[in-house]
Amino acid sequence: MAYTTFLPPEFRVVIDKEACLQCGRCVQQCGWNVYTWDETEQRPRPDHSKCSACHRCVTFCPGGAITVKRNDLTFKGSDSMSPELVKAIWKQAETGGVLLTGMGNDKPYLRIFDHLLLDACQVTNPSIDPLREPMEMRTFLGRKPDYLEVVPAAAGSRAAGPKSKYRLVTELDRQLQLETPIMFGGMSYGSVSLNVHRALAMAAVELGTFMNTGEGGLHADLEPYQDHIIVQCASGRFGVDTSYLQAGAAVEIKIGQGAKPGIGGHLPGEKIDYQVSITRMIPQGTDALSPAPHHDIYSIEDLRQLIYALKEATGYKPISVKIAAVHNVAAIASGVVRAGADIIYLDGFRGGTGASPTIIRDHVGLPIEIAVATVDQRLRDEGIRNRASIVAAGGIRSSADVVKAIALGADACAIGTAALVALGCHVCQKCHTGCCSWGICTQRPELTRRLDPEWGAAQLINLVHAWTHEIAEVLGALGVNAIESLRGSRERLRGLGLDQTVLDILGVKAAGL
Amino acid sequence: MRSVRPAYREESEPRILGGCGLMGVCDQSGKRMSGELAVRAMASMHDRGNGLGGGFAGYGIYPELPDFFCFHLLYNDEVAKDDTEFYLKKHFKVVIEEPIPTKPVRGIENEPILWRYFLDIPEERLVETQLSAEDYVVHTVMDINTYLDGAFVASSGKNMGAFKGVGFPEEIGEFFRIDEYKGWTWTGHGRFPTNTPGWWGGAHPFALLDYSIVHNGEISSYGINRRYLEMFGYKCSLQTDTEVVTYLFDLMLRRHGLPVEIACKALASPFWKDIDLMPKEQRRLYTALRLVYGSALLNGPFAIVLGMADGMVALNDRIKLRPLVAARHGDVVYVASEESAIREICPHPEESWMPQAGEPVIARVSEKGRRKALTQAKQSAGQRRIAQIHTTAGVT
Repeated sequence: MAYTTFLPPEFRVVIDKEACLQCGRCVQQCGWNVYTWDETEQRPRPDHSKCSACHRCVTFCPGGAITVKRNDLTFKGSDSMSPELVKAIWKQAETGGVLLTGMGNDKPYLRIFDHLLLDACQVTNPSIDPLREPMEMRTFLGRKPDYLEVVPAAAGSRAAGPKSKYRLVTELDRQLQLETPIMFGGMSYGSVSLNVHRALAMAAVELGTFMNTGEGGLHADLEPYQDHIIVQCASGRFGVDTSYLQAGAAVEIKIGQGAKPGIGGHLPGEKIDYQVSITRMIPQGTDALSPAPHHDIYSIEDLRQLIYALKEATGYKPISVKIAAVHNVAAIASGVVRAGADIIYLDGFRGGTGASPTIIRDHVGLPIEIAVATVDQRLRDEGIRNRASIVAAGGIRSSADVVKAIALGADACAIGTAALVALGCHVCQKCHTGCCSWGICTQRPELTRRLDPEWGAAQLINLVHAWTHEIAEVLGALGVNAIESLRGSRERLRGLGLDQTVLDILGVKAAGL
Repeated sequence: MRSVRPAYREESEPRILGGCGLMGVCDQSGKRMSGELAVRAMASMHDRGNGLGGGFAGYGIYPELPDFFCFHLLYNDEVAKDDTEFYLKKHFKVVIEEPIPTKPVRGIENEPILWRYFLDIPEERLVETQLSAEDYVVHTVMDINTYLDGAFVASSGKNMGAFKGVGFPEEIGEFFRIDEYKGWTWTGHGRFPTNTPGWWGGAHPFALLDYSIVHNGEISSYGINRRYLEMFGYKCSLQTDTEVVTYLFDLMLRRHGLPVEIACKALASPFWKDIDLMPKEQRRLYTALRLVYGSALLNGPFAIVLGMADGMVALNDRIKLRPLVAARHGDVVYVASEESAIREICPHPEESWMPQAGEPVIARVSEKGRRKALTQAKQSAGQRRIAQIHTTAGVT
């Protein structure tokens, strides 16, 4: 046979010969080995089939000579059998394998956030200028009591302070204090590089928020930041021991992930170098397999036992339970809250992943908007909304999404993909290959060293500051000056172009009503 | 068209927004003042309303019957009245039922059927329902206001009442013959809604049990305040943000037992930057308050006057976006949207001031003062009424 594959290259790398300085930097920068150096002609030659359109070469080409284009081969075309499906069939016919991918669902499902509009004040109530008045973003995650017991302070009691006539009797559970309602979602060391973790941890401290270890353990270098780190306990239990659990500000039990609900994880042995191996507490070079379920959680009562075991082990730090948004998410969330979770972390079907079967990523789960709305309402209907905070994640792309998620009922949002994009990720969806030219989703030392953690932290801090300012602008326009006045205030949202069923589920009125 | 309230819907109609004028006066010694005072103060702020709503609440006005819940009812028609009376008689022992006295006033038209009931709760109903008397009343008020078409409970407390309707406050005051009542606390309100469903129930004060609210402003956090209250069984059906204020006070003061100063600090909470500077124990209290009652924070511009069995509280929003002036003369505390209204009824107060944002003005009528006032009032005016009770209900 003359051919090796039916698959045409996805992209074409076009080098402007006039502009090319023949410096060879593209050869050096590409993690995918697209370029080889032609010794005779003294210029780079691209292998189009290897290109992921990550733009590393484009960004670093000093002559600005490189462009990457979609390989726009004309197919006869069919609405039913699209070129993408044809290519997928070829790929599977040639390999016999499950198709893998990275990042989040990229299919054109309805993006509900983009159909929600916010309110603003006019005449009858004044808007508030966020540049002149305080705008309060501080958010506390954790269990809140149903009510407070406050009694008159004993006469002459100094404990209550000179001016306070009252004393709080109720003891509150421990809380996570966030200075902005944005935190970083779980991304494991192993799937991302240690420098990514360093950048996230430094940024979390500076921003007064939290990063999340993901399921890959906590590297010793991150210990100085541990007050701003949530440690995850997932089905593989990688890196979990007593000191790990006690190191974090909170512990998260990961039941599921939006990008791949119901399935486990597989970090290939090539990514398990010495540092990853000691952090994950597994031998170097072995595959790290996370089982699909926790093998000690086959039902809700088992989850309750694990939650309380972790509380006992940590002196009753907040316990978060991360679940993927699936069809019955409201009932599941209610069970999780009743099982004792202090925080329920909902991950929508657009959430990212280091690696997932494409069929799962693209066809399983629910949008985060629906999950937040139904869970918030369900917990209210049951009168237990105060018992747990809701974190919305999996598809938070902008500050507008944060505002809308909070208005639908979330206490805070977590970002993963958006944070990686701030670090240079170009969303090429090839995270599972370990070739990330940007040094983010790889363990190859020549690539990981490209990401300077301090620069990365500055990028993340800028991003979250910018979003926080934007949220303040929206709050001001809404005429409120504290984030808790937006939380669950669906009255300030209107749906445009959403059908009545979706509106009813969201608890949002149509625009014009 | 006569309308006491719109039909209840799970998702209420757009809220009525607007500005207003308000006042409150409270004699902390328990001495009872004629309602004429409140009418005169409101009349001086005529231009703060537009004739689409006015009302008054008085405390200590039924001294001869201080132990019965007094329901002020607004009815669209006789059918609504029959239905509601059937309901009331099923749930209560009706001690007295009578029309609320009114007189014809130019400008007041399409008035609903106005009736008041002094009610006692049969002991066996409380045993059956496992509710406190107050919760029992709240449930019945919610039921009537939600499900009985054409009927609206304007107030439901003891020894107090709300008088309100569509018109300027001075017209409403004259219509209800407010000057014939005497109370130790009065609040008043004139309304300037920016759209115009002229319905009587929508005027202020909003009252539940002994709590009544007059309110100038708009609650920008209404959406979450309402959903928070729904978690506790309150139904917000009245197209107005003011009812959430009433219910929030009921929840925090009566059901959660918070001191009123502390409840005010939850409704108009101090900023974190100030909380962070407080001494440790106080910081712990205020932090907890914001954590637990964050959804009760009233955000947006407002000035409110809360009437209670034992006094009155005036409160501004946390950045004082609506006017509120206070004054004191002897035992009497005055609050109003404009100082002119206070000067109208007390030309030379001993002190007057602008309350700070989020700092409540609290006036309390002493227990002793109230008892004394009641005893005096009973001796003078109550004999006819008490005789009437004995014949109607067989109470001994």
